[in-house]
Amino acid sequence: MHYHSPEELQEQARQLIAEYVTKVDDLKTKDRMKIPPQEMPAQNPEERIHNLDEVAIGYTFEQARIEALRCLQCVKKNCVDDCPVKIDIPRFINHLVHGDLEQAASVIKEASLLPAICGRVCPQETQCQSNCTVGKALKDVDKSVAIGRLERFVADWERTTGKISIPEIKQSTSKKVAVVGSGPAGLVVAADCRREGHHVTVFEAFHKLGGVLRYGIPEFRLPNDIIDKEIQTLEAMGVEFKTNFVVGKTRKLKDLMEKDEYDAVFIGVGAGLPIFMGIEGENLIGVFSANEYLTRANLMRAFDKEHADTPIYPSKKVAVLGGGNVAMDAARMAKRLGAENVYVVYRRTEKEMPARKEEVAHAKEEGIEFLFLQNAKRIIGDEEGKVKQIECLRYELGEPDSSGRRRPIEIKGSEFLIDVDTVIVAIGNGSNPLLTQSTPGLELNKWGNIIVDENQKTSLDKVYAGGDIVLGAATVILAMGEGRRAAAAINKMLAEEIEKEKALVN
Amino acid sequence: MNKILFKQQLSSDVYLMRLYAPLIAEERQAGQFIILQVDEDYGERIPLTIADANTDEGSITIIFQVVGKTTKQLSLLNEGDDIKALVGPLGKPTHIENFGTVVCVGGGIGVAPLHPIAQSLKAAGNKVIIIIGARNKDLLILENEMKNIADEFIVCTDDGSYGRKALVTEPLKEICERDPKPNMVIAIGPPIMMKFCSETTRPYGVFTQVSLNTIMVDGTGMCGGCRVNVGKEVKFVCVDGPEFDGHLVDFDNMMKRLNSYKQIEREKHLCFLEKEIEAKEAR
Repeated sequence: MHYHSPEELQEQARQLIAEYVTKVDDLKTKDRMKIPPQEMPAQNPEERIHNLDEVAIGYTFEQARIEALRCLQCVKKNCVDDCPVKIDIPRFINHLVHGDLEQAASVIKEASLLPAICGRVCPQETQCQSNCTVGKALKDVDKSVAIGRLERFVADWERTTGKISIPEIKQSTSKKVAVVGSGPAGLVVAADCRREGHHVTVFEAFHKLGGVLRYGIPEFRLPNDIIDKEIQTLEAMGVEFKTNFVVGKTRKLKDLMEKDEYDAVFIGVGAGLPIFMGIEGENLIGVFSANEYLTRANLMRAFDKEHADTPIYPSKKVAVLGGGNVAMDAARMAKRLGAENVYVVYRRTEKEMPARKEEVAHAKEEGIEFLFLQNAKRIIGDEEGKVKQIECLRYELGEPDSSGRRRPIEIKGSEFLIDVDTVIVAIGNGSNPLLTQSTPGLELNKWGNIIVDENQKTSLDKVYAGGDIVLGAATVILAMGEGRRAAAAINKMLAEEIEKEKALVN
Repeated sequence: MNKILFKQQLSSDVYLMRLYAPLIAEERQAGQFIILQVDEDYGERIPLTIADANTDEGSITIIFQVVGKTTKQLSLLNEGDDIKALVGPLGKPTHIENFGTVVCVGGGIGVAPLHPIAQSLKAAGNKVIIIIGARNKDLLILENEMKNIADEFIVCTDDGSYGRKALVTEPLKEICERDPKPNMVIAIGPPIMMKFCSETTRPYGVFTQVSLNTIMVDGTGMCGGCRVNVGKEVKFVCVDGPEFDGHLVDFDNMMKRLNSYKQIEREKHLCFLEKEIEAKEAR
């Protein structure tokens, strides 16, 4: 796709607005379908590979209104059905069409707590935008209404104009809720439980808050100040945060409940145990898990080589193994850290890649090279034990497997070598055992994920869980959805307890 | 938060600090470690073994050698200063029981983490033979503390400036040749020392436990930077260790991995020193 500068895109939007502004309410379906989809303005690829600034700049007001006009306001709202947190999408878009951003924001906030984050990192093309009537009619999911970009526009407007309202907090109760992990699931639970007036403490193992939003997703895709803002809102609501605190190690979960008298616990510790390929050479110098590579670059700020004490490996030729968002993040980060050639090695085709389409498109613009239907067989080192090459195998697609994706089958004898000095393994995460191993009675499945019921309750009394530690590696929005459900169950349980206590007193 | 309660210089570049960390003091067991950061924004996270703890004072003791920028900065802090980030206790505790006769071998700074383990072994009823060694007399630490625990005590220096002029493997070999041979060896020190202790005991079939200190970022199993080959398996030092069967550890690979950032760090360290010198000259 040819790169269009933000100025070009804005000029086009201005002309369209002039054409449509007087007939906003008179547009027929046919007219709306003719409005061209608005491209997301982005930093010039040649410039952005040298900085960490956000790649997608976000719609202007004119662009957002034009895009919003494409929405048909369907009676049957496929988009809402496909949204994990059921945002009333047509309604917020309608407010946007009429320029009422405050109302648009409040509609989103009814269902989603962190829209600035979701608008950026949700895989919209497989969720709200997947069955959009406009996209269906135009026979191209890429031409669906850009709901995610509109959500982001509204959330950014709210944040940058300082219109964020602190949610109302009910009268204080005597109940204490412990939230383990400050990632997306934990933050939602903290907000929802605090609103009910309960005292909430969030425990974070790292020295900074945000979990995967901070250590995993790079600044160029999700700026830190957005995470900071969300956390500031929670602090203003009275949520207490404890960093450098590993529940299960610094204090056992049991002690939090028995000694520190927490009335409920939510476990949202994420996946957090990198999976390696199990191939020869994986312990050579220059092989990293994507977790390590990204944590060094993001959380430990190794990108800022002048100031950061944490080093990052000096790479010139990098192979990233995997095809998800984490693989895209690692590949694009490597490019920004100075790598000349970055290859994404994926054993299926582009169609099966789990990464967001926009990230793949951005990666391509940035010169990341995709090697589809190929997979690493072994990593070869030099005499110092440093990575020198990877040996790959070619694959072809066979019958669909249990995930519905066509199974890749290796082509015998198709081995070939690629010269690289760095290999980043981004094939997923298992479940981190630190908390689960030190918590007897907590039931796990065979992969080590916590087993929960339909209310996110675990096998332990008053202990709930959600996000990747339950789902396996999933998405930010699914984690938030689980957090929301858990918080509702916790609030219900605590309300019942309070009622019982009142009855006893009377 | 994490205030430095006490600081003492043990040798030219080795320091002891007691840090206020009541929760860690309460939970920690012999063999576990902490991760600390001197600066929360740009600082590096470094793992250090907990040498001791005092639950009355709510303190833990760390002993560290100045080897890079973070340990240098740490050594410049004083009593009353705060450590910006401190997390722990991490890693699995040492398994302690009455094994019979245990030889504890400590090299250089490795004597610090060995001390609480030797203490616990003694308390569990073991006969504890202790060998400590260093390059020279100045680098020996905790000699009296170790002597007090030991049923038999041997000091070696590489240059013979104190005790026996020998590497620790020499007396270790002699002890392995005794009848009955010891039931277990615990070796903690530089990787090369642990490697050769393991090689020394291998022919005698004496189980040898080593404590590894690899590159780590989070220390909670999340990054995998600390992985080592142990037998046919890949283990994470931070959550599966830090202690492993020395006869199974692939020390050569581990030592290579420890050097991953050597060049960058050397350049950085020089840069840091130059700045310090410039700053001094400016004054």
